Amino acid sequence: MTDLKNPSLAPPVTTVGIMGWMRQNLFSTPLNSGLTVLAVAFIYLLLVPFFQWAVWNADWTGSDQSACTSGGACWVFINARMELFIYGFFPTSEYWRVDLVFALLAVLIVPQFFERFPHKGWIGFFTLTGFPVLVYFLLVGGSFGLEPVESGKWGGLMLTLVLAFVGIVAALPIGILLALGRRSEMPVIRTICVCFIELWRGVPLISVLFMASVMLPLFLPDGVNFDKLLRALIGIVLFQSAYMAEVIRGGLQAIPKGQYEAARALGLGYWKSMSLIILPQALKLVIPGIVNTFIALFKDTTLVLIIGLLDILASVQSAIVDPAWGSVSTEGYLFAAFSFWIFCFSMSRYSQALERKLETGYQR
Amino acid sequence: MTEAIDQASTADNGLMIEMADVHKWYGDFHVLRNINLEVQKGERIVICGPSGSGKSTMIRCINRLEEHQRGRISISGVELTGDLKNIERIRREVGMVFQHFNLFPHLTVLENLALAPIWVRKTPRAEAEEIAMNYLERVKIPEQAGKYPGQLSGGQQQRVAIARSLCMNPQIMLFDEPTSALDPEMIKEVLDVMVELAQDGMTMLCVTHEMGFAKTVANRVIFMDEGQIIEENEPEEFFTRPQHDRTKLFLSQILEH
Ligand SMILES: Nc1ncnc2c1ncn2[C@@H]1O[C@H](COP(=O)(O)OP(=O)(O)OP(=O)(O)O)[C@@H](O)[C@H]1O
Ligand SMILES: [Mg+2]
Repeated sequence: MTDLKNPSLAPPVTTVGIMGWMRQNLFSTPLNSGLTVLAVAFIYLLLVPFFQWAVWNADWTGSDQSACTSGGACWVFINARMELFIYGFFPTSEYWRVDLVFALLAVLIVPQFFERFPHKGWIGFFTLTGFPVLVYFLLVGGSFGLEPVESGKWGGLMLTLVLAFVGIVAALPIGILLALGRRSEMPVIRTICVCFIELWRGVPLISVLFMASVMLPLFLPDGVNFDKLLRALIGIVLFQSAYMAEVIRGGLQAIPKGQYEAARALGLGYWKSMSLIILPQALKLVIPGIVNTFIALFKDTTLVLIIGLLDILASVQSAIVDPAWGSVSTEGYLFAAFSFWIFCFSMSRYSQALERKLETGYQR
Repeated sequence: MTEAIDQASTADNGLMIEMADVHKWYGDFHVLRNINLEVQKGERIVICGPSGSGKSTMIRCINRLEEHQRGRISISGVELTGDLKNIERIRREVGMVFQHFNLFPHLTVLENLALAPIWVRKTPRAEAEEIAMNYLERVKIPEQAGKYPGQLSGGQQQRVAIARSLCMNPQIMLFDEPTSALDPEMIKEVLDVMVELAQDGMTMLCVTHEMGFAKTVANRVIFMDEGQIIEENEPEEFFTRPQHDRTKLFLSQILEH
C-alpha cells in the first residue's frame, strides 16, 4: 500500500456537490440549459399563483360564505360540509358507528406497515375476514340493538371506502380462482373461466352498474329485491376480478415449469402446490399489477354515482351546487381529488415496501 | 401406502421398479419405444445416451411427470395408472433431483426441506425441521439452513435439492443429470453426496455422463438411443467391451475430452 503508483485523488469539483450535480443534470448542454430555464419559469408562473390562492390568501375559519372574503380558496366550505363528505346521509346520532369502523380499520392496517409486529399475520387475516363481517353488522345495523341504516343513506368517504375495501378483498381471491381455472387442464373449467373473464372485460363498468341497478331487478322474480348497494358491489367485484385474473395469470405464466414439477415430484397435490409454491411466487411477481388494479378499482368506485349512490366525489358535487356557497367548485374538486390521492398513494407506497420485503435475492 | 410398498417389496422379492413394453409419444413423435427395465431394491443404475434419446422422458415416467401411453410401469408392485391418489402416493416414495435444482426460491433452505414432510406426510413442524437439519448435515451444509436458495452456489443448491428429496424418506431416488448444470469444481461435492447415498443402500436411477461415477457406483449401465434401450451391462463390461456400434461411438465421443 505504501508504494501505490496512483494514489487515490479527490474527485474534480465539477462532478461533486450541488454545483457538480447541477452542471451534470441541468446545464450539460445549451439545449439542456434552455430547457431548465424554461421549466423553472413555468413552475414559477404556475405554482406561485396556486400557492397564493390555496394557502396565503385562503380563508380557513368560519361557518358560511361570509367568511370567504380574501379572494383565495374558501376552505371554510370544505370544513362546513365535512360531515356530508365523510358520512353521506348517515343519521348524525349514528356517526359513532362509522367512526368506530374508521378507527378499527386504522388500527388493523397500521401493523402492516411495520417490519415486525406481533401476530401481524393474524391481524392481516382478521382484517380480510372477520373485519368485513363486523363492519357489516356495525353499518347495516338492525341487530344487537343497533338502529338499521338503509344503504341509501350511506355516502361520502365512508361509501367510497366500503366499495373499495369490499371490492379489493373479494376481487383478489376470485381473481386467483379465475386465473387458476383459466390455466386448468380440465376443458370445462377452462372454458367457463375464459368466458367469464372475457365477458366482464368486454363491457364498460358503467354498463355493468346500469345493468345491476336497472336490468337485474327486471329478471328477478317478484318480491326478490336486494339492495342497490349490494348489486353495485357485486358488479364491481365481478368486473374487477376479471382484470385481477389476467394480472395473476401473467404471474403464473412467469413461474418456470421446474417449480411445478418439483412440487409434484415431492407428492404435493394440486391445491398444495398452488398455495405453497406457485401462488406465493406468482403473486409476488405481479404485486405492481395487482396494486394497479386495486388503485383503478378504488377510483372506479366513483362511477356508482350514475346509479344514484353518493360517493365522496358525488357528495362534493352535490354540495358545490348549493347556492348558499357561491362558486366553490374548485375547492370541492381539489378536496375530492386529494382524498383519492391520499389513499391511492398509500397503496402504492405500501406495495413498494412489500416488494422490497419479499425480495429474497434469487435469480431465475 | 408405506405398508403397501413394504408388503409388495417382500412379496416381489425386492422388485422396486418394473417397466414392461413401455411406449410414449409426443404427438406423432415416438419418444420411448418398448422400454423393459427391472430394478431391484438397492440397485444403482446409470443411464446414458446422446441428447434427445429419451433418458429424461424415461425416468420422468417413473414418477408420472410424464405419462406413458402403452405398457406397464409398477413401483413396488403398485401399477401407475391415471388414479391421482395412487400417483401422489407413489411420488411420496420416489424422490427426484433435477438438472436445474428447482428449489423453491421464496423459501429458505430449511423451509424447502421441511415443506413436503409437513404438508404431505403431516409430520409436526418441529420434527420435520429436525429431520431437515439432519439431512443438511449429511450433505454438509447445515450452516446454510437460514439462507435463500438464490444466495447459494450451484453445488450447494443441488445438495439442498438432494436433501429435500431425502427428507421424504423415499425408497427410490431419480437423478436427471444432477451435475450437468454445475461448474467443474462443484461437480465433485455433489457426486460425493450421491456416492454416500449409494453406499447407504438407496435404490438409484441416475441419468448422467459422469463416467467415473458410473464406474464406481453403478450395478448396471444402460445406454439409450432414439427412445430405446440399446445396451445394458455391468459398468466394467460396458466401458471396456461395448457391444453395439452406437455405444462405441457414444463412448468414444464422451471419453475424448
Ligand atoms: N414436451 C415435449 N413435447 C414434444 N417433444 C418433447 C417434449 N419433451 C421432450 N421432447 C422430445 O423428446 C425427445 C427426448 O427428450 P428427452 O428430454 O427425454 O431427452 P434426453 O435424452 O433427456 O436428452 P438430454 O440429454 O438433452 O437431456 C427429444 O427429441 C425432445 O425434443
Ligand atoms: Mg434430459
